[in-house]
Amino acid sequence: MKRDIILAGVGGQGILTIAASIGLAAINSGLHLKQAEVHGMSQRGGAVQSHLRISSEEVYSDLIPQGKADMIIAVEPMESLRYINMLNNEGWLITNTYPHVNIHDYPELETILEEIKGIKNHVALDAEQKAKEISTARAANIVMLGASLPFLEMEINQIEKALFTLFGRKGEEVVQNNLKALHAGKEIAEQYLVRH
Amino acid sequence: MQKILLLGDEAIAQGAIDAGLSGIYAYPGTPSTEITEYVKRSKEAKEKGITARWTANEKTAMEIALGMSYAGKRSMVCMKHVGLNVAADAFINSAITGVNGGLVVVSADDPSMHSSQNEQDSRFYGKFAQIPILEPTNQQEAYDMARYAFDLSEKLDTPVLMRITTRLAHSRAGIFRKEDKAQNKLAVPSDLMKYVLLPSNARKRYKLLLNHQDHFEQASNESGFNFYIDHPDKKLGIITTGIAYNYLLENFPSGKVPHPVLKIGQYPLPKAMVQKIYEECEELMIMEEGYPFVEEMLKGFLDKGKPIHGRLDGTLPRDGELNPNIVGKAMQLSVNLDDDISEIVKARPPKLCKGCSHNDAFTALNEALSEYSKGRVFSDIGCYTLGALKPLESINSCVDMGASITMAVGAADAGLVPAIAAIGDSTFTHSGITGLLDAVNSNSPVTILILDNSTTAMTGGQDSAALGKIEEICKGIGVQEEHIKVIKPLPKFHDENVKVIKEELEYQGVSVVIPRRECIQTLNRRMRAKHNKKVTQQS
Ligand SMILES: Cc1ncc(C[n+]2csc(CCOP(=O)(O)OP(=O)(O)O)c2C)c(N)n1
Repeated sequence: MKRDIILAGVGGQGILTIAASIGLAAINSGLHLKQAEVHGMSQRGGAVQSHLRISSEEVYSDLIPQGKADMIIAVEPMESLRYINMLNNEGWLITNTYPHVNIHDYPELETILEEIKGIKNHVALDAEQKAKEISTARAANIVMLGASLPFLEMEINQIEKALFTLFGRKGEEVVQNNLKALHAGKEIAEQYLVRH
Repeated sequence: MQKILLLGDEAIAQGAIDAGLSGIYAYPGTPSTEITEYVKRSKEAKEKGITARWTANEKTAMEIALGMSYAGKRSMVCMKHVGLNVAADAFINSAITGVNGGLVVVSADDPSMHSSQNEQDSRFYGKFAQIPILEPTNQQEAYDMARYAFDLSEKLDTPVLMRITTRLAHSRAGIFRKEDKAQNKLAVPSDLMKYVLLPSNARKRYKLLLNHQDHFEQASNESGFNFYIDHPDKKLGIITTGIAYNYLLENFPSGKVPHPVLKIGQYPLPKAMVQKIYEECEELMIMEEGYPFVEEMLKGFLDKGKPIHGRLDGTLPRDGELNPNIVGKAMQLSVNLDDDISEIVKARPPKLCKGCSHNDAFTALNEALSEYSKGRVFSDIGCYTLGALKPLESINSCVDMGASITMAVGAADAGLVPAIAAIGDSTFTHSGITGLLDAVNSNSPVTILILDNSTTAMTGGQDSAALGKIEEICKGIGVQEEHIKVIKPLPKFHDENVKVIKEELEYQGVSVVIPRRECIQTLNRRMRAKHNKKVTQQS
């Protein structure tokens, strides 16, 4: 088993929480893992990415070689396109369609979505809206985590356990909302796959 | 035993805790910050009574750690690479004094300058000080080396430098812990002259350091962090340092490299191993994260030996961090180097947060300065450095911590009046205070904005040594009380704030304006923590 995953978003959108959830689940499943994060300057509303590598074999590089990623999980649509050259030919792009507009020259959303549609394997969903339906927009990252589950080859209960560990101190309600967000994301992705 | 998932930084911290650490001191700086944060958070460290403290700057951290080592205990000091410039005086001289309790200095380099002004390579400092350097390849080694470093330090009577780079510092992996060691007992050095670097004594100590060089090299041969992997194809031999080893292995199935490889993780270089690969192989390739440190040494000034490839001959780029593709290309493998991204993807640089106090302070400053010619605001390092970018474009310099005030003094001396300095609260106590003293002593016509958001925001909101002290410090240094003004940077006070700044710009002496409002990030975090506490209490 091997999954090389690029996580993409904007500083503050919670991609490190996605990474931490998958990472915890992986290590509890006895897998090897390396996960390179971006800390510091760019966390201030800039483009951020994380390389997450999970494997049953030893992982050497902290960085995924260009063109070798199995999937990109993006919490922001324009950011999903920034790392497209990292994806391998059979790789999947799983992206949020809700834009985070904090630059003056942000492109037309339509153009971005068109470009996403042109990518061979993709799942696109509005995680923001789904998260708001469940609780707050803050859980959009967990909706995206859920949407990645069909491609992760990991036990969902390991991911659930990780969410318990990560959110436990914020109270039962936060944990439950995140679990709901996780399942909602998973369902949307599964339906998307049936339709396309 | 269960693996634990740690950042490279955290692995060093855990290694130090398990090695019987008594104190860790640091000034925050990406990518080193998480080492000290981890010890500060660690329950275990608390139970063991380990001191973990943010200090005013890297030099004070280094000296406090040296003092703890003097008293017989194991201490660690952490900084980003440019922090070692600040600590350099203490650092270099600590090589002459030697240690009592183990002393480990961690310097985190930032090749590619993800969050820094330069990409200087700390290994040169280690060589400059002539002490052992450890450079881990992965998180497990980071843990193991932190433990080993303390033993080595005590055994060879020397501070040890641990050099890491951003990728390792900020990458997580599972690591195994080893048995826990007890802390050292309090004990002053047996030789009470050891730390007295009067020339007569310093000369003796320096000779000792020189005599130790052989022992340092012997340690490099024996520790196991340097090793040679043989292979029959000797057309090429490869020397890797630190994490470059991973990028090399990544390029070959199951990490089987079809050439001899010498993996370096400890310096001084193990001469016998280097000699072996040099003699056995037709050509050499040197892969290192950072400057061509090893490459330059092996190549020599005249470059008359065997062909040596690396960063100097363009086989690898001269600057920037390595990655698997760059290394693959150097090995002439077919790799994807296509950097094209769709033109609809726009740059998204970092920016000041919504509601940031710096934004309101700079908006007021811009208006107050509208009658003057441009290019007179010297600034410093912190979140407020983002004020250089559009739309604010408020500042004209960012060089090294503390340089804003002193550069303004120099520019004012040259006739640029008024000259303005903009410096954060944490940077002010880091190294702005001495510059302010210079300004006061020369009665320079400078206006200094101390942007007080009551935290060290850029690096994630660590306590600021300046908290609650700024006015008193300025007064104590001799700034006249009527020229120390506190304003509240909020849009509703904009006109008032412009007026205050304008008045001080006109004053022909040192004036200090303190825009004071808490960082929006720390404020939000406090509010959230309060909310979470309420929620968990209710349920
Ligand atoms: C010598 C040195 N040490 C540490 C750093 C890392 N660093 C850059 S900015 C900064 C914090 C500055 O805090 P403050 O001046 O209060 O400004 P704020 O970010 O809060 O606006 C630090 C620690 C550095 N660049 N140079």
